[in-house]
Amino acid sequence: MTILSVAEHRRGELRPVSLELLSVGHLVADETDSEHHTVVVGGDVEAFGEKLDREGVDAVHTVDYGEEFNHDVYVQAVSQLADAVDPSLLLMPNTVNGLDYAPAVAGRLDRPLVTDVVDIDYEEGLTVTRELYGSKAETTIDVNAEAAALTVRPGEWPAAEGVNGASVEPFAVDIDESAVRSTVTGFEEVGSGDVDIGDADVLVSVGRGIGEEENLDLAFELADALDATVSASRPLIDNGWLEKDRQVGQSGKVVTPDVYIAIGISGAVQHVAGMKGADTIVAINTDPNAPIFDIADYGIVDDLFDVVPALIEEFGS
Amino acid sequence: MKILVTVKQVAVVDDEFEIDGLGIDDRYITHDLNEWDEYAVEEAVQLQEAADEDVEVVTVTIGPEDTEETIRQALAKGADRAVRVWDDTLAEAGLLDPTTKARVVEAVASEEDPDLVLTGVQSADDGFGATGVTLAERLGFEWAAVVNDLELDREAGVASVHRELEGSIEELTDVQLPAVLTIQTGINEPRYASLRGIRQAQTKELDVRSLEDVGLSPADIESPLEQTSLYEPTSESDATVFEGSAEEAAAELAEVLRDAGVAN
Repeated sequence: MTILSVAEHRRGELRPVSLELLSVGHLVADETDSEHHTVVVGGDVEAFGEKLDREGVDAVHTVDYGEEFNHDVYVQAVSQLADAVDPSLLLMPNTVNGLDYAPAVAGRLDRPLVTDVVDIDYEEGLTVTRELYGSKAETTIDVNAEAAALTVRPGEWPAAEGVNGASVEPFAVDIDESAVRSTVTGFEEVGSGDVDIGDADVLVSVGRGIGEEENLDLAFELADALDATVSASRPLIDNGWLEKDRQVGQSGKVVTPDVYIAIGISGAVQHVAGMKGADTIVAINTDPNAPIFDIADYGIVDDLFDVVPALIEEFGS
Repeated sequence: MKILVTVKQVAVVDDEFEIDGLGIDDRYITHDLNEWDEYAVEEAVQLQEAADEDVEVVTVTIGPEDTEETIRQALAKGADRAVRVWDDTLAEAGLLDPTTKARVVEAVASEEDPDLVLTGVQSADDGFGATGVTLAERLGFEWAAVVNDLELDREAGVASVHRELEGSIEELTDVQLPAVLTIQTGINEPRYASLRGIRQAQTKELDVRSLEDVGLSPADIESPLEQTSLYEPTSESDATVFEGSAEEAAAELAEVLRDAGVAN
């Protein structure tokens, strides 16, 4: 049996999820007495290949084709390597780019796909764990197939460590250019650059619970009193209430302030990915079961419209 | 031009709920149009309004009769007509995973022959995030996932999109048509349905089809994936929660914040 994981890189950097996938691959390979291969497609494949040669990796395949991610190329390259290696388990990242090629690869290889996997068990066949209803419930899924494809949630497994000495071999692909029907023309940073929430020591961060745009005044008033900066979760940015450069989360900024005060934020996984590195996390939310309390150091389960004015009062603003 | 938009009714679960077998007890669930699909519908209607050609916007839904209220929401916002696929076989099927859903939508898309398919990036309840790209692969369409900006050049047959990557970076990509695009929230401002729209929605065509009607057999929706349990995740919280009135709790929090060096 073979496990194959697919690395991810962007603008010259291997993304951390690549090394996390190696941990998953290593664990499953150990459990099932399998070989563990990994592949990187495009970019500086030699340098990436060296970095992917971590503990538990039996072979690193490099596909020297293109610079940046292109899903048409990835689908062909990963499918061709999968045909050659015949992995019983194909592991891809549950990232924006992962979700842009993994379903097509699974479809082409005619393998079942389970996305956003947070746990894997191989004791009696393949069983995976996912979250439902915005992380309110978890479910297990049995995969009754000889070969399967999974996308794995970033941040759930540690990065693989160590230096190994596995073979790093180029894999020659035969890319059908006529089937490459998308062209990446560039990248763009978002936001006006007026505020740098990544630089703030204290963030007052607001979410959907704030209700109305006018109520944002409350957050700015608290931020003034605390000498803090206002940031927000995705829905407020989508509503156009705040500039995009104030967005914390997977698609926004990753922040690591000393203190992060989450007001009316439920703590969806995409948001948590952007702020879990804060030293002290404070959550104010009416729902005691909101996932934000799982990572908070301090919490108040109450109406933010009662708590925030009281806090402003405390700090004498 | 024809735009096909996938519309799903999703389960919204109360803060407090009970699990009943492999689902959540109905008492704790309300239903709504999937947020991502709402943006997809809006994008389709905006393309229709901006086009200098006739554009038909057709929605497709896999779901029982009680999803019609949600489908009418999409019709009220400007979609022209709707197709809903459901029958006993689908009702009795276990997990409707992305491949199963894509097979059904593919069958409808093959009949409708759209130039563009828009889906939400994911659905709020099961969050697979994979049906759109699976569908594209099955249809032989090009695709782009997680699109938050779209410019259509019909003459060149190209959709120029922004894909929202992690970390405040967008990828600019040109995609050949026909294509499936999965639409991210924030791409537009979904409109509220007008009273006139709501009235008109009642008279718009809502075509109900069975699996057999769309040319599929029960074997086509058999899935190797089987849901085996549903449970509430155990809380890993070790947070100190301040009790008492809002003022009391705020006072205790203020003390902690001052100790942490805030506003000193």
